[in-house]
Amino acid sequence: MLPVAYYIGLSAILFAIGAMGVLIRRNSIVIFMSVELMLNAANLAFVAFARAYGSMEGQIFVFFIMTVAAAEVAVGLALIVAIFRTKQSIDVDQMNSLKG
Amino acid sequence: MTTDLILFLILAAAAIATALGMLFSRNAVYAALFLIMNFGTGAVFYLLLNAPFIALTQVTVYGGAIMVLFLFVIMLLGAEQTGRTPAAWWVQPLILSLGAVLVIETLYIIITQRGLLPVPVSPSATFGTPDSVGEILFNTYLLPFEVTSILLLVAMIGAIVLSKSKHKV
Repeated sequence: MLPVAYYIGLSAILFAIGAMGVLIRRNSIVIFMSVELMLNAANLAFVAFARAYGSMEGQIFVFFIMTVAAAEVAVGLALIVAIFRTKQSIDVDQMNSLKG
Repeated sequence: MTTDLILFLILAAAAIATALGMLFSRNAVYAALFLIMNFGTGAVFYLLLNAPFIALTQVTVYGGAIMVLFLFVIMLLGAEQTGRTPAAWWVQPLILSLGAVLVIETLYIIITQRGLLPVPVSPSATFGTPDSVGEILFNTYLLPFEVTSILLLVAMIGAIVLSKSKHKV
């Protein structure tokens, strides 16, 4: 196996790209996809450390992260659909009122 | 070692290129397809790291279920094009430089502190097999696993309630 630093470095780069995506993009669905990319970068770090320590706990944790991500996507996309119904837009700049 | 390194570099380049493609593609459908490719390269990384079960879960749950849901919502809302309101001119350079700072900072920490990182041990023969994942999941982590089912049930009910039309029923 390559040194774990390679995988952690790649994970950090992917996380930074995801964070930039959250800040740059105006389309709320693409922002949501960037959050998924950040979760995936964290998963890569978990699996790399699990392999380096020879312990299964990291892989189990990734399994739970995937479950939480699936639940989060279901609720988040339902919220986006509900917002689109009221505002006819999913542009985050348009969501500037608390009245719904 | 060298074949491992070449494979890693090719895969890392593919992962970073698809992530950047997702970041900069104007069309949300293309962004979703780039993200599916990124999850695919992630699955190959998991295979390289002795995690075949996680790799296949990645393909089915992330590449399959989650991204189908994304594409479905994009096409349902007709939201392929990005926002109509253009951002201020200074937003994009500012965020790109902040992202570059974040990358440089983390890479600097990793390089200077790499003595603290663990030296990889050679794994046991059963490391990462579905057998060993199932054994540890259903013994040590049985309670979190069961709580997960409640979480998924709540998410399912929440999605149905939130997307229910208010005019009918």
